[in-house]
Amino acid sequence: MSLVAAAGINPHGPKPQRLTLPRIGLYLFLACAAAFFLLPAYVMVLTSLKSMDEIRQAHIFALPAALDFSAWATAWGNACAGNECQGVAFGFWNSVKIAVPSTIISVLFGAFNGYALSFWRAPGSKLLFGTIVLLGFIPLQVFLYPMVRLLATVGLFATLPGIVIVHVVFSVPLVTLLFRNYYASIPIELFKAARVDGAGFWRVFTSIMLPMSTPMLVVASLMQLTGIWNDFLLGLVFAGRDNLPMTVQLNNIVNTTMGERFYNVNMAATILTAAVPLIAYFVSGRWFVRGITAGSVKG
Amino acid sequence: MGIGSRSDKGSGNLPGPTPLAGQVRRIAMGERRRVGRVAVPMLALLPVAAIVVFFYIGATLWTAGISLTDSRLLPTGKFIGLTQYQRLFATPVWQTSLVNLVILAVLVIGGCLVLGTLLAIALDRAVRFENSFRTIFLYPYALSFVVTGLVWQWLMNPGLGLQATAQQLGWTWFVFDWPQHRETAIYAVVLAGLWQGAGFVMVLMLAGLRGIDQDIWRATRIEGIPVTRTYWSIVLPQLSPTIATALILLAMGVIRTYDLVVAMTNGGPGTSTSVPAKFIIDNLFGRQNLGLATAGATVMLVTVLAVVVPIAYAQNIRAARRRNAL
Repeated sequence: MSLVAAAGINPHGPKPQRLTLPRIGLYLFLACAAAFFLLPAYVMVLTSLKSMDEIRQAHIFALPAALDFSAWATAWGNACAGNECQGVAFGFWNSVKIAVPSTIISVLFGAFNGYALSFWRAPGSKLLFGTIVLLGFIPLQVFLYPMVRLLATVGLFATLPGIVIVHVVFSVPLVTLLFRNYYASIPIELFKAARVDGAGFWRVFTSIMLPMSTPMLVVASLMQLTGIWNDFLLGLVFAGRDNLPMTVQLNNIVNTTMGERFYNVNMAATILTAAVPLIAYFVSGRWFVRGITAGSVKG
Repeated sequence: MGIGSRSDKGSGNLPGPTPLAGQVRRIAMGERRRVGRVAVPMLALLPVAAIVVFFYIGATLWTAGISLTDSRLLPTGKFIGLTQYQRLFATPVWQTSLVNLVILAVLVIGGCLVLGTLLAIALDRAVRFENSFRTIFLYPYALSFVVTGLVWQWLMNPGLGLQATAQQLGWTWFVFDWPQHRETAIYAVVLAGLWQGAGFVMVLMLAGLRGIDQDIWRATRIEGIPVTRTYWSIVLPQLSPTIATALILLAMGVIRTYDLVVAMTNGGPGTSTSVPAKFIIDNLFGRQNLGLATAGATVMLVTVLAVVVPIAYAQNIRAARRRNAL
């Protein structure tokens, strides 16, 4: 400070690092990165608003001549996959029917298991938890065929309850991990106090731990909802033709088109499929970030 | 003294009316409570234990068992040893899949780690609009792989995408039609994977950077150590657990790569972008090659376990050591 004053410079502004070359480079890097990440979204939205004639001119960055949402209407209501023309609306409602019950059941089940594993040291619960975490790493391909056979045996293959069961089963590792780690951060004294007051297994869970885990319930529901909505493989294999989720239907619409390809409709359908997780992401903000960091803390 | 040890600790300071009777009663109660403490939670954990045993472990053993038989459309139960594995590794598509998996692993994991870390460091330098930047970098992670695949497929459309636009502007040297050619198609998948995954690493690393002791910065500034060197030699080594976590999760994502390839190239041109996950599904449901598919699945399983188990073991040992040190 005195050195600066001695040199006859009057410092002003919050920090002396305002317009140094490294700062400019830093912002340049961030701007380039932002452009890279935004480019596909920008092009996607623009393409969906153009007419096919405009698209054929191949000015991918050019703004559309007029705001034309007809491609969106087509994508929603009557875009064709092969020779079935029912748009992505059909898949949207299927995805809702799959994702909502799967999310609710898997989150409550995970909360319950996390609670039982964290506070009640039943013999073998450590081994069970370790196994659950380890199983979360195994690729789904390993379980697919037996799962298909199992569900077929009980008549649930290619049904709505079947795909919900599959989602619940395969989300056990992640959700259990989230809640066990969350409950591990709750002071054990709280649990002990409830026990001293005479609360039993269920009462501690429903009256104390479940209300206390509201933040994790939100985070886990968010992760599960986006994860299940974005699922492709399980929906493709287990949902059956009548319950195909939106992602599968989107892929069918775009990649099995016969004849002329309507890129504006394809992009509109893509945006519509991305809409639910994107809205969840933008609305939830920090919760989403929290879900990612919470899910990555192992053990 | 395992029974009721918790209540004993508290009662040590309290003068009991009749020490012996109190002790007996306490042990008796503790005994009863102990049974309750075990039976109820064991019962409660039964469903999840059943899922683990039947759906996960049972299914794994079943799959591994089928891979030792000559099953095609349906499981036959005729034991033929490791013949399916010999067939598998002699299958060109499987070989391509493995090569592609290595390419994806090196470039997507490496790329995400480098780009994600750079983004996190950039955001950690007290920049303006940090929240907006973070939102922009992370939103691809919220998307379905199908969406990501289709968007990049469109961007790389040879006649109407970025390439056509750039060439119209006179940049005739600009080539961006990677999915069209056997040699470049897998790098299109790499690019899309990088786009989707970098934000994820950024979030993890940013959380790690925020947890670093800020005194380090004061100390290195006084010592005159450049910022880049501080990051490279002091901060990043401290974040090695975070980096390891990111590495594992990215590796799991890469091994599972399926929808991205299906949406973007559907394995093509030819079979040039086939990946193990896709090979298995195709043989399982499309080609009715059950034995080969389950052999492939078992190879994936062994690969994953070979990576995860030693790491988990090492972490356990480290955690135990830390506990002993405290």
